[in-house]
Amino acid sequence: MTTPGVPAVHAAGLYKSFGKVQAVRGLDLTVQQGEVVAFLGPNGAGKTTTIDMILGLSTPDAGEVSIFGHTPRGAISRGQVAAVMQTGGLLRDISVRETVQLTAAMFDSARPVDEVLTRAGILDIADRRVEKCSGGQQQRLRFAMALVSDPGLLILDEPTTGMDVAGRRDFWSAIRDDASRGRTVIFATHYLEEADAYADRIVLVRQGTVVADGTAAQIKNLASGRTVRASLPAGDRPLLAGLPPADHVEFDGGRVTVRTADSDSVARFLLTTTGAHDLEIVANNLEEAFVALTADEAGTTAAAAAMEGERA
Amino acid sequence: MSQSTAMQDRKPSAGGVNTTFLWIEIKRMLRNRRTIMFTVLMPAIFFFIFGLSNKNQQLPNGHSYGQYILISLTVYAAMTAATGAGSQVAVERAQGWSRQLRLTPLLPGAYIAVKAAAALTLSLVAVIAQFVIGAIAGVTMDAQTWLTAGLVAWVGSLVFAALGLFVGYLMPSQNVMQILGPALAILAMLGGLFMPIEIMGDTFGTIAKFTPAYGIGQLARSPITGEFDALWIVNVLVWLAIFVGGAAMAFRRDTSRV
Repeated sequence: MTTPGVPAVHAAGLYKSFGKVQAVRGLDLTVQQGEVVAFLGPNGAGKTTTIDMILGLSTPDAGEVSIFGHTPRGAISRGQVAAVMQTGGLLRDISVRETVQLTAAMFDSARPVDEVLTRAGILDIADRRVEKCSGGQQQRLRFAMALVSDPGLLILDEPTTGMDVAGRRDFWSAIRDDASRGRTVIFATHYLEEADAYADRIVLVRQGTVVADGTAAQIKNLASGRTVRASLPAGDRPLLAGLPPADHVEFDGGRVTVRTADSDSVARFLLTTTGAHDLEIVANNLEEAFVALTADEAGTTAAAAAMEGERA
Repeated sequence: MSQSTAMQDRKPSAGGVNTTFLWIEIKRMLRNRRTIMFTVLMPAIFFFIFGLSNKNQQLPNGHSYGQYILISLTVYAAMTAATGAGSQVAVERAQGWSRQLRLTPLLPGAYIAVKAAAALTLSLVAVIAQFVIGAIAGVTMDAQTWLTAGLVAWVGSLVFAALGLFVGYLMPSQNVMQILGPALAILAMLGGLFMPIEIMGDTFGTIAKFTPAYGIGQLARSPITGEFDALWIVNVLVWLAIFVGGAAMAFRRDTSRV
């Protein structure tokens, strides 16, 4: 039995390098039982490397991982964790049903094969050879395999890569149904809308470390509130040196875009001190938060610090 | 859900060696046309080409050459079958299956045991197929000779199952048998499975004694040659140790890298 209160995942101070590339640098992550967590970051942020370490598929250079208080291997032996990997992991020359039967044979007590095929929505193609299955069907098969041991924790690494919109929606509705039964789910993704729509909590990673952690709403707030856009005469650009504190300033033709926590002051400054006109102020969406938090060095630090304060 | 997850390990009994696993492995091999071609068809064709024409010639001790070539080619069939089965780990590695298995409680030793059992099943099919073909073609031997030769060819194929695993873990290729197939033919020739060692000449005759198919071939044919040498057993055991050691080393290298 998984002891109540023991985190589903506890990772502390993870580091992993491949040659000179530092894929993960000082990553901490604690996921409580029953949470549905999106591990969100651009490609190359270290998501897959972190998942491999959580699952014990690779050994961290430094740091520790526990799953329900056990080592990764111990948790796998107890059938407490299963994963849906991005690619591979399937034998092409056997059928969908045989794949699940084979996986079930690896555990001492497994869910009935037809039950997991039904839950993954692939009972109708059970006799199809794996090599004849579409990418989406293969992904559902990986999901079915992960359900076989009825794990307390399910980890999905970019599970919908390469699926069409309908396929993605169907896949997530299956995952969502499953999570509603109380399973802890961690999924890596670089699709913002997936993180926004399906996760209770978003952990934003950039360059191998967590840069923000909270609900989708908190993450949106983190990107310093608002975006101010205005048309600005080219000659007025030097005047922006006196701009109130802003996270990010960029120019696009005759327009200036400013991301800031204090949109009032920025707007007042632009309208009174410079010749700016056609000014608009919009609340940041998650995409802008994502861009701000994962792309801009200064913004990231400020946002992370702000987040620390907010959570404390 | 997790509440049903018992405190104890959920390792399958015997580490994951079970009939479902083994049966699916065997079905996979029998579905593979290339495997059947290497293990049943090719040795049969060799027998029809090299064996039938000389079937009624005599060895110096009075036994028929037909018996000699049938047993030799049966050893060849069994070793090809076992190597082919073992080498399938290369395909499974390429497809990410071995990585997937690391997310289950299956023990590596159990995986290897099932692979070896599947290899032995396939080599048994090869031995029986060869003997049936030989019998139909008119080769006659007493029951004890059939049994001894068959058992040696079959059990001896374990050496080559280990070779298949070794190469399978070493090479990334999906077509590992395209390299192993010709290599096995050379080993079979050097080991005296395609022609008697006596007619090879001194140099090759001496080299033959150190090759991996030699001991098994000599032992399998001993009921008809009436000879026995403990060095043949040494040959088998040394090659078994080399291939098992190599496979274990390649396996460790593979799993630490993934």
